[in-house]
Amino acid sequence: MPDFQPKIVAFVCNWCTYAGADLTGTSRMKYSPQVSIIRFPCTGRIDFMLLLKAFASGADGIIVSGCHPNDCHYSSGNFHARRRWIIFRGLLDFLGIDVRRVQFSWVSAAEGAKWAQLVNETSERIRELGPFAGYQRLRGLGVG
Amino acid sequence: METEKRSIQREALAKLIEQWCREGKRVLAPRKSGDKVDFDRVTSLSEVSFDHVQTVQSPKSAVFPRVEELFSFRSADGQVEVRDRELDILPETVVFGLRPCDAAAFAALEAIFNWDAPDRLFTARRARTTLVAVACSRADEYCFCTSVGGGPGAVAGSDILLTDLGQGEFLAEIASAKGREMLQAADSLFGPALDADKESRLAKPAAVFAADAVAAVLAGLFADTAFWEEQSRRCVGCGACAYVCPTCACFDIQDEGGASGKRLRCWDSCGFGLFTLHTSGHNPRPLQSQRWRQRLMHKFSYMPERQGVLGCVGCGRCSRGCPVDMNILEHLRAIAEARP
Amino acid sequence: MNALREKARELLATKTVQVVIGYAPGSGGAARALFVREAAQAGELVFDETCLQNLAAYLMKPEVRRLGRAALVARPATLRTILQLAAENQLAESSLLALVPGADGVLSLSTFSAIEAHVAAQDNDLSAAEKSELEKFAAMGLDERREFWQEQFSRCLKCYACRAACPLCYCTRCTVECNQPQWIPVPAHDLGNLEWNVMRAMHLAGRCTNCGDCSRACPVGIPLYLLNQKLCSDVLSSFNQRSGMAARADHSLSTFKPDDPEDFIR
Repeated sequence: MPDFQPKIVAFVCNWCTYAGADLTGTSRMKYSPQVSIIRFPCTGRIDFMLLLKAFASGADGIIVSGCHPNDCHYSSGNFHARRRWIIFRGLLDFLGIDVRRVQFSWVSAAEGAKWAQLVNETSERIRELGPFAGYQRLRGLGVG
Repeated sequence: METEKRSIQREALAKLIEQWCREGKRVLAPRKSGDKVDFDRVTSLSEVSFDHVQTVQSPKSAVFPRVEELFSFRSADGQVEVRDRELDILPETVVFGLRPCDAAAFAALEAIFNWDAPDRLFTARRARTTLVAVACSRADEYCFCTSVGGGPGAVAGSDILLTDLGQGEFLAEIASAKGREMLQAADSLFGPALDADKESRLAKPAAVFAADAVAAVLAGLFADTAFWEEQSRRCVGCGACAYVCPTCACFDIQDEGGASGKRLRCWDSCGFGLFTLHTSGHNPRPLQSQRWRQRLMHKFSYMPERQGVLGCVGCGRCSRGCPVDMNILEHLRAIAEARP
Repeated sequence: MNALREKARELLATKTVQVVIGYAPGSGGAARALFVREAAQAGELVFDETCLQNLAAYLMKPEVRRLGRAALVARPATLRTILQLAAENQLAESSLLALVPGADGVLSLSTFSAIEAHVAAQDNDLSAAEKSELEKFAAMGLDERREFWQEQFSRCLKCYACRAACPLCYCTRCTVECNQPQWIPVPAHDLGNLEWNVMRAMHLAGRCTNCGDCSRACPVGIPLYLLNQKLCSDVLSSFNQRSGMAARADHSLSTFKPDDPEDFIR
């Protein structure tokens, strides 16, 4: 599917990844434009329901990213988030939802280059996986 | 209309179902899946279950789906465009193999949906639905149709009622204009009336209480808090009873889609605390005992009083489907015996 | 059974408890919950293999709480549920005691530490059959799993029997009822059903004690236990934690270890 431009939603924390993505821009590094960034105070606030809402709203892929372990602005938000991701990821896989569509990562405020690389790689992978049509088809199914 | 009696062989019945499908009708019938039997779309007689007592869910979704679109809307530039649901494309439906109690339940649904203002969508679906019931040769401990004016071979409500006479032969009672139309469209598949003893083929569920006695007692029981608390103590407040019930018609309205979307009608249940929760935070029925009372009152007191029809046909689904065994028959018997 | 009835009689007669929540014969050969408030009624209590319901669900019901101190006839999962509820600050130690019927009479556990000791000695693992069913799922292809669950969830009526039967679904306002904005679609369409079931499973992760009541409650027979057992198994393998083992415990999803597994994080 050469023409497919995936929609990727990135849920990022304010203190590390958002600042890192900002650095990518101020450093004039180019990266895939398919990503829409949503800023949160902390990865600890990124509820799994938000991820489901992104898929339901048409996202083909998701990035969730925040501060590296031990660097959380609130000390432990990312540690708590990590536990939930472990469980959520296992559950998605169990339900037959391809977890390659959800990329978790740690990107610090100094890692502008890592952010660009992460977005580019994720976008390439989602392009290969194609549109998440199966999920979006759920909308409206079962309405009589 | 007088009931016309004919007969039909099993092979002809199979052809009849195939004919309906060829005519583009949606045929819903009980089908076995795992250890449960439920209504599903079928295309041949071989898919239809006959030996079950009752399906898990009722056939009400043929006329009142668990989620249905009422209309769609689009708003742009301060203008709202509303598009009504197109009724002509609703499917012609045959509900096959429902029980006489289920067929009787449609009268209760009609009484609710068309009580003060006729419900356009419900009426359209109902007009396109034909009921071909199969009389009950077996009943279980949850059945109580005979206590609420029905019977295992009652014709009322069915367009055609079939009774299995054994050896692949069915008595066919054509009981309505719709039934007659169906017969005329396939007359050659039906044989002549048989001189058969229908009664001997039927289940014999005992009449346990008199519905009017229950209504009379209920009228004075509203304020008896202790009685209702005792009755409902093990009820956990889910909506299983309402959702499997053939006459429960409560619904919730939900809009989906933001500025352009759909207005949906979804099943709801008076067993939920949220059902009566006001915007202010006040809830007139904060306790499960009050919600249980409402369920029984509505079916056995309010509906007979307001709509002139009982809100229960004795199918027993609520009891079978209840996760905590809130056996409604036992509770009704207790009510009938509660006061002289 | 006689020992259980005798114990119930004694507890009620001495006013040690105001209600004994146990089982009585119900319809269809199954057992149902019975609330015994008078010593004279204790003879109706039974305990056998048909007594499956996790009666701890009633400890969270306001009408039952109002009856006073309760003695609860407990199965293994019920005991763990009591501890989990205690760990979540939902139960006061003085509000109940657990009655555990066994081969040699009935054990009365009146403190959380007594329940803890009993639970520690019982087998809290998933059974061999449960484990092998999960393995069967793991061996299935992704599409096969998706199709399986899509078919299962397409039958969900959103009657919330799973939630109502679950002793750990005690929120007075469930996420599905939060409508500003509406988190979970109310309609029982495919998307609403998927989000509802994922949400419920996630909110029970690390808390579910695998009593199985959600699956037994489901009128259309969705095997919800599979979701919970998968999460029980993941919580154990990833965090080495089990729900309902202690009345004071860190919840697996509101605590962490610095070295939690993160091989999937870039």
